[in-house]
Amino acid sequence: MRENLHRFFRAARGVGVHVSPAESIDAMRAVAQVGISDRAVLRDALLLTLAKSQDEKLALGDCFDLFFSRPEPRQDQPETNNDDASQDTDQSPSSSSASERGEGQPPQGLGPLAQMLLSQDRNAIAAAIASASGAASLSDIRYSTQRGIFSSRILDAMGLQRLRDDLDQLTATNPALAERLRAALDALREAVRDTVSQGLALYAREEAENLRNEILRNAPLARIERRQVAEMRALIRQIARRLRERYSKPRKRQRRGHLDVRRTLRRNAAWGGVPFLTAWKRKHRDRPKIVAICDVSGSVAQVSDFFLLLIHSLHEVVDDVRSFAFSSHLIEVSDVLEAKSPEEAMAEIMSKVGFGSSDYGSSLVDFEKDFMSALTPQTTVIVLGDARSNNLDPRADILRRISERSKRLVWLNPEGRLAWGFGDSEMPRYATFCSVVRQCATAQQLERAVSDIVATYQ
Amino acid sequence: MADQKASTSIEAVESGLAAQGYIASRQIATAVYLSQQIEKPILVEGPAGVGKTELAKAIAAWRGMKMIRLQCYEGLDEAKALYEWKYAKQLLYTQILKDKLGEVLGGAQTLHAALDQLHDFGDVFFSKEFVEPRPLLQALEQPGGCVLLIDEIDKSDAEFESLLLEILSDFQVTIPELGTVSAITPPTVILTSNSERDLGDALKRRCLHLHIGFPEQRLEERIVESRVPGISQALRRQMVGFIHEIRSLDLKKLPSVSETIDWARVLVLLQATELDTDIVKDTLNVLLKYEADIEAASPQVTTFIAKAARSNVFG
Repeated sequence: MRENLHRFFRAARGVGVHVSPAESIDAMRAVAQVGISDRAVLRDALLLTLAKSQDEKLALGDCFDLFFSRPEPRQDQPETNNDDASQDTDQSPSSSSASERGEGQPPQGLGPLAQMLLSQDRNAIAAAIASASGAASLSDIRYSTQRGIFSSRILDAMGLQRLRDDLDQLTATNPALAERLRAALDALREAVRDTVSQGLALYAREEAENLRNEILRNAPLARIERRQVAEMRALIRQIARRLRERYSKPRKRQRRGHLDVRRTLRRNAAWGGVPFLTAWKRKHRDRPKIVAICDVSGSVAQVSDFFLLLIHSLHEVVDDVRSFAFSSHLIEVSDVLEAKSPEEAMAEIMSKVGFGSSDYGSSLVDFEKDFMSALTPQTTVIVLGDARSNNLDPRADILRRISERSKRLVWLNPEGRLAWGFGDSEMPRYATFCSVVRQCATAQQLERAVSDIVATYQ
Repeated sequence: MADQKASTSIEAVESGLAAQGYIASRQIATAVYLSQQIEKPILVEGPAGVGKTELAKAIAAWRGMKMIRLQCYEGLDEAKALYEWKYAKQLLYTQILKDKLGEVLGGAQTLHAALDQLHDFGDVFFSKEFVEPRPLLQALEQPGGCVLLIDEIDKSDAEFESLLLEILSDFQVTIPELGTVSAITPPTVILTSNSERDLGDALKRRCLHLHIGFPEQRLEERIVESRVPGISQALRRQMVGFIHEIRSLDLKKLPSVSETIDWARVLVLLQATELDTDIVKDTLNVLLKYEADIEAASPQVTTFIAKAARSNVFG
C-alpha cells in the first residue's frame, strides 16, 4: 500500500496540489489510523491531510477517483488486488499457481506470462501489469508522445520476449493454442495501453500545464488564437493573484516608523519633557492610483483587453483605477469593467469605440477636455497603444500636460522597438514626455510592466 | 482490525458530537478523529455561520474538557495571546523587598560580589510567579488537556501566524527568560478562518484542512431537528428546501446554518404550520442581512415556496 500511496502523491503533485514530504508523512500516519478498507474514509483522510484549499480539495478528489478507478470494473476484491500489485515484485509464483486452476491446461515449458494469459486469471494479469509499470517507472511519464515507449517497456518487463519465443514454438506444435495466446496477447496490449493512458493523465498533467503556460506567457498577445483566449484569461488572473500577494502584504511592516523626537517633546511639554506620550514617525505611503488609457483599435485591442483585465483584478493593491478606451474618440470604461464579466465588458467596449482607425490626437483632446481632473500628483498614467496615428496630428503637447500633472507617465507599446518611428508611428515624439516606455507584447512583459508600476509606490 | 476500529471510532465521534447537539457530516467526524489520533490541529474554513466555532464547543462538551478561546483581531500580539509579565507585581515586590536588598548585599565586600548576588536575586523576578498566562499558554498548562479554539485566524496579522507555528507543531512555547514550556497534555486545537486573506503555507502545512460548506438538505434538516425540537417535520422540510432554493440565487451573503436555525425559531414563535408568501416576506430579514439581497429574493418567494413544497412531496 505504501508504494501505491507514493504513486498517489506523485499524481497529486501532477494535478497541482503541493505535497511536501512532511505532508506525505502526515498522510501516511492518517492512513495508518483509518485503514484502507473504507474508500470514502480514505478519501476524506487524504483530502484532509494533503489539500490546503477548496480548489485543491476538488482537484485532489478528482485525482483520487481517477487513481483508484482502475480496480473498479473487476468484480473480485478490488482493493486487495491493488495492494498485491506492489508486493508481487516477481509475478511468477502466484500467477503460475493460479494457472493451475485455469481450464486450458497449458503445456509445460511455457513462460510465466504465457501461462498467465492462457489461464485467463484477470487478477494476476492486472497485478502483473501494475508491478511491471512500477518497474518501468510509469510515473515518470511526461508527454503523450512517450506512450509507445512506456507501453513497450511495460510489456518487456512482463516478459514479452519469452512470450514471443513461446508463441513461435506453439505455432509449430499447437496452432489452436497459439491462436488463443495471440488473442490474449492483443488483449494484454490493449490493457497496457489503457494503463499508460491513465498514467499519462495522472502524472503528466503538471508538466504539460507548465509547458503550456510557459508558451502562453511568451506568446504575442495580439496574435493569440481564439481558443487560447480563455486560457490566457486564466493566466492573467494568476498573474494578478501573484502581484496581489507580492504587493499587498509588506506594506504594513515597512510603514512602522521611528520615534518622532520633536513631536514627542512638544506633546509632553506639560510634564516638563518627561515622555509620557510618545509620537511615532509614520512613513506615509500612497496606494497606487492608476489612470489607464487604452487603444482598442484593430491590432492593439486584444492586448488592451488583457491589460484591462489585469489592472482591474488588482483591487487589493491598487486604490483607484480609472480606465479609458479609444480608437477615434475616447470614453471612460471603468464602470463597464467593474460591473460586467470580462467577456461582456470587452464586447460592449468594442461595440462603442472599438475597431475604428486610431486617432491619438483627437482622443487626447477628448481626455484633456473631460478627464484632466482625474489626474493627481499620485496618479500613474498608463497609455497602452502602438502610437500609430494614421498621419493625423499626434497632439504631443497634451501628453506633455498629462505628464506634468501626474506622478508618472508609462507608455506600453505592443510593437517591437525596431518598428517605433517607422511609418506612421509617433512613438519617438510621445516618448520624450514619458517617464518609461516599454515594449509589452506578451503576458510576461505585461506582468513585469505592471509589477514595476506598482512597485514604485511601495 | 485497525480498519474496523477506525470506522467504529469515527461513528463514535459522530454520535458523541450529536449528543451535544452538533450534527457532523462524515468528513467532519473523520477530521476530528484524525486530529486526535495524529495530534494535529484542524484548520476549519468555510462561509460564516456554518458552525465552525460550534464544532470546537461541541468537541469540548463531548470530551468534558475546558474550552479556551482566543479571538483573533488585527493587532493581536504576543502579550495578549501568549503571556505577559506582571509588571505591577514586579514593581510592588521590589518596593517591599527593598529592605531585604540591603541584607542581601550587606555581606558583599566588593562591587563584583554585590553584582553576583544581585544577579541571583534578579532571576526571582522573572520566574513563573510573575508570568500572566494568556490563552495560548493557559491551554498548554491545563493538566487534563483542553480544546483550544483560535477563532478567525484570518483576521490576525501575518506575524501572529508565525508565532503560532511553534505551538501548533510541537505544542510548546519558548519564553526567553524561562525556557521552553511544553504542554502537559497536548490540547486539541481548532483554528477557524473565513478566508478573508490567504493563510501562510507554513501554517496550513501544520494543520488538517477541513472545509465546511453549506450542508446537504437532509443533514440540515437533522441539524434543525436537533436545535429547534418544537418544529413540525413538514415545516422543517419545507423551510430547509426553501433555504436551499435561496442559496441558488446570486446574493451578497447567502443564508447559512445559523440563519436557518434562527428562522426556524422565528417560525415556531409565530406558530406557523406551513410556509406561505406572507409569512416568508415578513420574516425574510432573519435570513438575509442586506437590503439589496431582500429585494432580489422577494419576487422569487412564491416560486421557491412552490418548489420547496413539491420537493417535499417527492422527497
